[in-house]
Amino acid sequence: MRVALFLTCVNDTLYPATGRAVVTLLERLGVEVDFPVEQSCCGQPQFNTGYRHASEPLVRRYARAFEGYDHIVVPSGSCAAMVRDNYPRIGRKAAAEGRGGELAGLAESVVPRTVELTEFLVDVLGVTDVGAYYPHRVTYHPTCHGLRMLGLGERPRRLLEAVRGLELVELPGAQECCGFGGTFAVKNAAVSAAMGADKARAVMATGASAVCTVDNSCQMHIGGTLSRLGSTVRPVHIAEILASTEEVPFR
Amino acid sequence: MSGATGTYLGMPPFPRAAKDAVRDATLRANLRHATHTIRDKRAAAVAELPDWPELRAAGAAIKDRTLRHLDHYLVQLEERVTAAGGVVHWAADAAEANRIVTALVKETGEREVIKVKSMATQEIGLNEALAKAGIRANETDLAELIVQLGDDLPSHILVPAIHRNRGEIRDIFARNMARWGRAAPETLTDAPAELAEAARLHLREKFLRAKVGISGANFMVAETGTLVVVESEGNGRMCLTLPETLISVVGIEKVVPSWQDLEVFLQTLPRSSTAERMNPYTSMWTGTTDGDGPRVFHLVLLDNGRTDTLADEVGRQALRCIRCSACLNVCPVYERAGGHAYGSAYPGPIGAILTPQLRGTAGELDASLPYASSLCGACYEVCPVAIDIPEVLVHLRERVVQGGPVTVRGTRTRIRPAKGHAAERAALRAATWALDRPGAMRAGQRLAGRSRRLLPRRSLPGPGRAWTASRDLPAVPAEPFRDWWQRRTRGEDGR
Repeated sequence: MRVALFLTCVNDTLYPATGRAVVTLLERLGVEVDFPVEQSCCGQPQFNTGYRHASEPLVRRYARAFEGYDHIVVPSGSCAAMVRDNYPRIGRKAAAEGRGGELAGLAESVVPRTVELTEFLVDVLGVTDVGAYYPHRVTYHPTCHGLRMLGLGERPRRLLEAVRGLELVELPGAQECCGFGGTFAVKNAAVSAAMGADKARAVMATGASAVCTVDNSCQMHIGGTLSRLGSTVRPVHIAEILASTEEVPFR
Repeated sequence: MSGATGTYLGMPPFPRAAKDAVRDATLRANLRHATHTIRDKRAAAVAELPDWPELRAAGAAIKDRTLRHLDHYLVQLEERVTAAGGVVHWAADAAEANRIVTALVKETGEREVIKVKSMATQEIGLNEALAKAGIRANETDLAELIVQLGDDLPSHILVPAIHRNRGEIRDIFARNMARWGRAAPETLTDAPAELAEAARLHLREKFLRAKVGISGANFMVAETGTLVVVESEGNGRMCLTLPETLISVVGIEKVVPSWQDLEVFLQTLPRSSTAERMNPYTSMWTGTTDGDGPRVFHLVLLDNGRTDTLADEVGRQALRCIRCSACLNVCPVYERAGGHAYGSAYPGPIGAILTPQLRGTAGELDASLPYASSLCGACYEVCPVAIDIPEVLVHLRERVVQGGPVTVRGTRTRIRPAKGHAAERAALRAATWALDRPGAMRAGQRLAGRSRRLLPRRSLPGPGRAWTASRDLPAVPAEPFRDWWQRRTRGEDGR
C-alpha cells in the first residue's frame, strides 16, 4: 500500500523527528510512504482566527498536493480535523458568496481520503500491536480536536497499551483542554497559561516520564509549560513511541 | 441603596478582564469546585438515559423547525394568550421592553415587585430601569438574592452567585439583609441550612406583601398559550401565584409549538442544568383563571436582536439555547476567567456567541468575545440542543476581522472589519503567502535552522512575549523534515 504523508507545517518545521518516526513506523508495517513536497499548511491558524479567505489558497494547495492518493495520513488530530470538518464549510461559504463550487468540490475530494495516524493504523491497517518497545512510564493526554471532532476514542490508548515495556498511567482530568488553542495562546495568554499550568501539574502528578499526544502543537504548549515549571517530563508524539523498537529505540 | 445591581456597561475586553480574574485565587477555587461538581453530576444524570443522543437531536430539530416558522407560532401564541385573558405586548428592543414593564407596574400603583429568576430581564437591565422609575425589584431566587444584596453582578446563568463561597455569602447576608427587609439572625454562620433559613425568612415577607410579580419563561406553548417556568426553590411558584398582577418578559425564541415538544425539553433541561432527573417545581399557566392566581397577566415578547440573529444562517443556532448552562460548567475558559469577564448577562461559551449577535460586534468587549475560547469543543459535546458553539465562534471571528453581511434591525448590511487587527491581518496573510510558496517556506525554515542557537527560548520580544511569559519555546531543529526527506530520497535514488 502506498500512502501520502501530510506532516503539517508545525511538524515539518519544529518536530521533524515526528515525521521521521511516522515514516519509520509505516515502512515497518509494509506501507510505502510518499511526502509530496508541494504540501505546506492546512490553513487552520488563518481559519480559526477568522481569516477564512486567507485559508482558501491552502485548501487548494492541499487538494493539489494530495491528488491521486487513496490515503492522506496526518500525524495531527487538529490538522486532520481542520480538513475533515472545516474544508467543507469553507467550500459551502465560498459557494454562498457566489464564487462557485470549486472549493466545495476540492473539499469533497480530500475529506474521505484524509485520516489521522491512529485511525489509519487501527481502521485501515487493522493493527493495534505495531511491534513497538518503549520502556517508560507514559501518560496520555487526548487532545481536543482528535477527541471531539475526529472521535478518535480508544484508538490511541489501544495502540499504547500494546507497546511492550510501556506503563500507561491515567492522567486526571485528561479530557480537559491544555489551553493551547492556536492563536488563543497569545490572544488570551493569561487564561491559556492558567490552563497549561493546571495540565502540566496534572501530568507531573502522575509520575510519568513522558506525556504522549497525537498533536505536537498542543505539545509545544504543554512541553513549554512543563519546561518552564522545571519539570523533566518529556512531551512525546505517539508516532515516536510507536516507531521505537528494542533494536532501534527512537531518540 | 439604589435598588439596582451593577451594570456590565463599560467593561474591558475579555482578555483584560480574564487576566485579573485568573489572578484571583479565591475566585479560581470557588469556580473550580463548583463547576467540577456540577459537571460530574450532569455527566452521571445524562448517562442514565440511553436515548440521550436522540433527545438531543430531537431538541435541536424542534427548535430549528419552530425558528423557521417563528412568525406563525408567535401569532398563534398571541391569539391563545389573549383568548385566555392575558395581554400580549411586543418589544423590539431592551428600551421598549423596559418602558412597557415600567408603565405596567406604575399602572398598578405599586412601588415594589417580586421577581422570578429571569435571564431576559437581566439581559435588558430591567431592575435598573425600574429603579430609575422609583420601583424596587426584589430578586427571590437564592443566588440572585445573594447577587442583589451584595450589589454584585450575576456570573452564571443557573447559579448567578457561583463566584461566591459560603463564607462570603454569610457576610453579605449579615451586612445587607436588614437594608432590604428582615435582617439576618445575629448568630448566622456559614452553614448552608442556616443561610437557607435566613433567606427563607427574609423572602417570605416579600412574597406575602407583593402585589406584582415579574418573571421570564423557559417555554411558551403556542397551541394553548401556556407559559412554563422550571425551578428548584419554589420561589418561582410563589411569585407566579401570589401577586395580583403577573408580568412575564420572554424572548421570542422561547416558543414551542405543542405540549408534546415539552416532553423532550423537560427531560434534557433539568439533567443538563442542575443534573436532576426532574426539577422540583414546574409551573405552567395559561392566561388568567378566576379565583386562582394573578387576576391580570401581561406577556412582553422580547426581540432585542433575536430576529437579526435569526437572519444569519450559521449564527441562528444560538437561538436554540434553553439556558441550561451545561456549556459554562464544562468550559475551561469560563472556569478560569469567571462569568463577569464576559460582560453580559450571558457568560461562558453560549454568551460568547449570543452577546456579539444580540449586541453586535462594534464594541471592543463584544468583538473580543468570539476569541474567548480555545475551541476545545467541550461545550458542543454537552449542549442538549446541539449548538455547534465552536462553529459559531469561528464564524463570528470572521465577522470581526473580515467584516461581512449582517442584519441590523431587519436591514441587511455589510459591516467593515473591526479596527485593531491590522498587524494580525498582515501577519496571517503573509503566512498564507509564504505557506503557499514552498520555496519561501523552506527559506524561512532554513533561516530558523541556521540561526537556531541565537533564538531565545524564554524571552521573545514584541507580541511573542505573550507566549514566552509562561512557556519555553521548543528548540528549532537543525533541518526541517523536508530537507531530511530530500536527502533520504536522493540517497535511495543513488544520486
